[in-house]
Amino acid sequence: MSAKPLLRVENVSKTFRVQGKKLHAIENVSFTLEAGKTLGLVGESGSGKSTLGRMVLRLLESDKGKIYFDGADLSKLSKVKLRALRRDMQIIFQDPKASLSPRMTVGDAIEDAMAIHKLGTKASRRERMTELLEKVGLPAEIQYAYPHELSGGQLQRVGIARALSLNPKLIICDEPVSALDVSIQVQVIQLLRDLQKEFNLTYIFISHNLAVVEYLSDDIAVLYLGEVVEQAPAEELFKTPTHPYTQVLLDSILRVPESPEQKQEMVYIQGEVPSPLNPPSGCTFHPRCPYATDICRSAKPLQRTVAECHVAACHRVEETQNLLMVNAN
Amino acid sequence: MASTVTATQSPDTAVSKQRRRSQLYQGWKRFKRHRLAVIGLVWVVIFVLAGIIGPWVAPYDYRTGDFLAINQGPTWKHIFGTDNVGHDMFSQILYSIRSALIIAIGATLVSFIIGIILGLWAGLRGGLADVIIMRAVDFMMTLPGFLFALILVIMLGRGYLSLILAIGIPGWAGYARLIRSLVLSMRDGEMVEAARALGASQAHIARRYMLPNVVGSMGVALAFGIPGDLIQIAGLSIFGMGLRPPIPSFGSMIAQASENILGFPWLLYFPAGIFAITLLSFLFVADGLQEAFSPKGGN
Amino acid sequence: MGEPLLSIDDLHVKFSRSEDEVFAVNGVSFSIEANEALGIVGESGSGKSVTLMSSIGLLRENGKITSGTANFQGRNLLKLRPKQLEDIRGRDIGVVFQDPMTSLNPIMRIGDQIMEAMLTHQYASRKEAFDRTLQLLQEMGIPDPKSRFKSYPHEFSGGMRQRIMIAIALACEPQLLIADEPTTALDVTVQMQILALLQELRRKRGMSVVMVTHDFGLATNFCDKIIVMYGGQIMEKATTDQFIREAAHPYSLGLKRSIIEVGHKGKEILPIPKTAKTLTAVLTGCPFAERCSYTTERCHQEVPRLRVFGTDHEIACHHAEEVACHVR
Repeated sequence: MSAKPLLRVENVSKTFRVQGKKLHAIENVSFTLEAGKTLGLVGESGSGKSTLGRMVLRLLESDKGKIYFDGADLSKLSKVKLRALRRDMQIIFQDPKASLSPRMTVGDAIEDAMAIHKLGTKASRRERMTELLEKVGLPAEIQYAYPHELSGGQLQRVGIARALSLNPKLIICDEPVSALDVSIQVQVIQLLRDLQKEFNLTYIFISHNLAVVEYLSDDIAVLYLGEVVEQAPAEELFKTPTHPYTQVLLDSILRVPESPEQKQEMVYIQGEVPSPLNPPSGCTFHPRCPYATDICRSAKPLQRTVAECHVAACHRVEETQNLLMVNAN
Repeated sequence: MASTVTATQSPDTAVSKQRRRSQLYQGWKRFKRHRLAVIGLVWVVIFVLAGIIGPWVAPYDYRTGDFLAINQGPTWKHIFGTDNVGHDMFSQILYSIRSALIIAIGATLVSFIIGIILGLWAGLRGGLADVIIMRAVDFMMTLPGFLFALILVIMLGRGYLSLILAIGIPGWAGYARLIRSLVLSMRDGEMVEAARALGASQAHIARRYMLPNVVGSMGVALAFGIPGDLIQIAGLSIFGMGLRPPIPSFGSMIAQASENILGFPWLLYFPAGIFAITLLSFLFVADGLQEAFSPKGGN
Repeated sequence: MGEPLLSIDDLHVKFSRSEDEVFAVNGVSFSIEANEALGIVGESGSGKSVTLMSSIGLLRENGKITSGTANFQGRNLLKLRPKQLEDIRGRDIGVVFQDPMTSLNPIMRIGDQIMEAMLTHQYASRKEAFDRTLQLLQEMGIPDPKSRFKSYPHEFSGGMRQRIMIAIALACEPQLLIADEPTTALDVTVQMQILALLQELRRKRGMSVVMVTHDFGLATNFCDKIIVMYGGQIMEKATTDQFIREAAHPYSLGLKRSIIEVGHKGKEILPIPKTAKTLTAVLTGCPFAERCSYTTERCHQEVPRLRVFGTDHEIACHHAEEVACHVR
């Protein structure tokens, strides 16, 4: 814990203008991430998790707050310096096909990443490209293929190889497996995990799939309408989910039962996801929250520490935790 | 450890080195499937060849008439017949092809270059530049292009260059709009975002990522542009606003012949027929290109 | 039980592509009884959607049903004219798709769209249809039905649109609801809401549901019966309870094993190796043979037929017994 964090995000906010209205995509989010660790960002659509990932890379400018990467204040970097720094922080997209040029062979796509940063000679780049393809489990001849000739799983491996080609320290994985078939998802996730070990990579893993996030992450931040409602080490979060939203999320996961008796009931969840253009007053989760009281409707809850390294933004933390204990007994 | 995650490629994605040029090759394969386009292409090739070597193979000069053979039907000596001053129609047509091609290609390029510059500017810059350029596009689109060209010819004269400019200048709006929309759809797309994330500069993104993805559509637009300009040239000539006589042109031939359609119909049949077939061929080729190279036709 | 509500027998579907043909469905048979929920599970390309959609006349242009029957209330759906099918769809069979936006009319008020479903099928008079629309919106958990009646599809969130789709599908009180990945595009909490809603409607009306999904968790918790498809064939068919207890097809087991679930952190997960192939020739062996660890010579030479394996349990695998021993 004493190591200097690779990434420090301090109170960043981002507002978009949509149809003349303000959309608070991200509000006051802070976290730190140490080298070699994985932070999972979980949330449903509209939670701002992808926006946050792009802000960390400065693909989107933050309105407020600071982001320190490897000691450098990102917002102070000039365009040229930022471009050079991009070597160290890469991103893997949800739809690898859309992120590759349809008119470039996948080999050229990987090589171009290195060419942008003038790494090595043309020959050495080609050699490294072939090595990388092998590293991500693709045959070398695939370098001559165009994206439309490959499957989603293969393309995602290409995306990973392209990111790796720059030897980055941080990789943001933005829903990297959501578009893939179940059996392929596991292949890609295990690849990501193995690569992390091998190259001491730091990940921000963005997903709506809690199980996948748990599998890879050390820490997890749960986002709801642009705010972190709960953040904790992965095991802690699943053992003692404290924010009512986290609890609802966990209850909504349908698991394959181990015996017929374990089949889950479909529980109706009240309320609907509010529009981020018109968020509810006070705690933004209150219309869907079973514990909501007057204070939840009027005042925005602050983050409170509920255990070591475990924070939740809820007025009624004590009650939710008590209930948890009762249920456990 | 790595062995647990090895994906083996399925046979339909195993790609051999020989298929490196596959994009062009695939396009050609799709083009070939379009039978009319292939026929059109054959005609277009003949037409262009005729335009290039026409003056050397033409049996007669376009200026001199054979006064002994006036208004003759097709004979072995004059296979397309002669007109009222004894011009050999076959030679006249060969010369016309050359002038028509020069002007059509020149004019299309002029429209295209103006369109590309303004379209790129509007698409990449956005803001006020975009608004002004797009208003100008709307304005140009509402104007009848032919009338505009006519006015320009009157102002500029009736030489090759002035005709190229007269037809080319009013035609930029369509290209500008196309380029702008292509650029816009890519600018905010994931491909460009990914390239930015790699650390690519604007210039690199434009050259390596955007350009290769628009050339297909641009080629198709160009292919559609040429027959359009051919019609404009003919139209101007029919109005007597084409190249100065005695340089022959399809338009003037057609105009002259139609005065005498009952007496000497072959004077109309040959130029009008060849012109019509040429237009259709260009359109079929453009259609084939669209099918072969339009972004949607990927797979 | 009597006659099944819908019974599909030996269905074969082929797609023609520019250069070859794809054998998407290769001899699928199953039936569904009244008041039953059936889940068809498989990965993309398994033929699960094509099976269902082709049986109700919603096959893409380049697809062709080469043989088979689909009997619904004593009529073979595959022999009906498009007009007759349209009468049945929407009235006796409700259909819900993955993306509601593609099937809702963007320039028509959603209330009118729900009413239209009833009016075209002469299910109700105008007045009755209007009242029922409000009632349906209420049932779907859409607040303030009277004012929402006048809204257009784009004014709703994805989850709300899916509810409207379901409202349209249920407008004429069909006996059968066919749902193709109805919640895949939705967030988990919204998925839960929609499923709870469907469960409730099923209890109230005794309606049958056939649901196509790639999600084992969803299928095992929601459905009474499960069919696992691969390569256009049924690999395993069982009641959900049987399936949970003793699934024994190597593909079903592989899929179950490769799902990452909460609590799997730190566990080694064994994915099914390789990827599924598109079938461009008639099968001569088991479609899963290439990816299966139990494969023998026989699997490549003989297509396994679906056979009875236990009570309410059928499997298409030459080595099911051996696999079952292995698992237990």
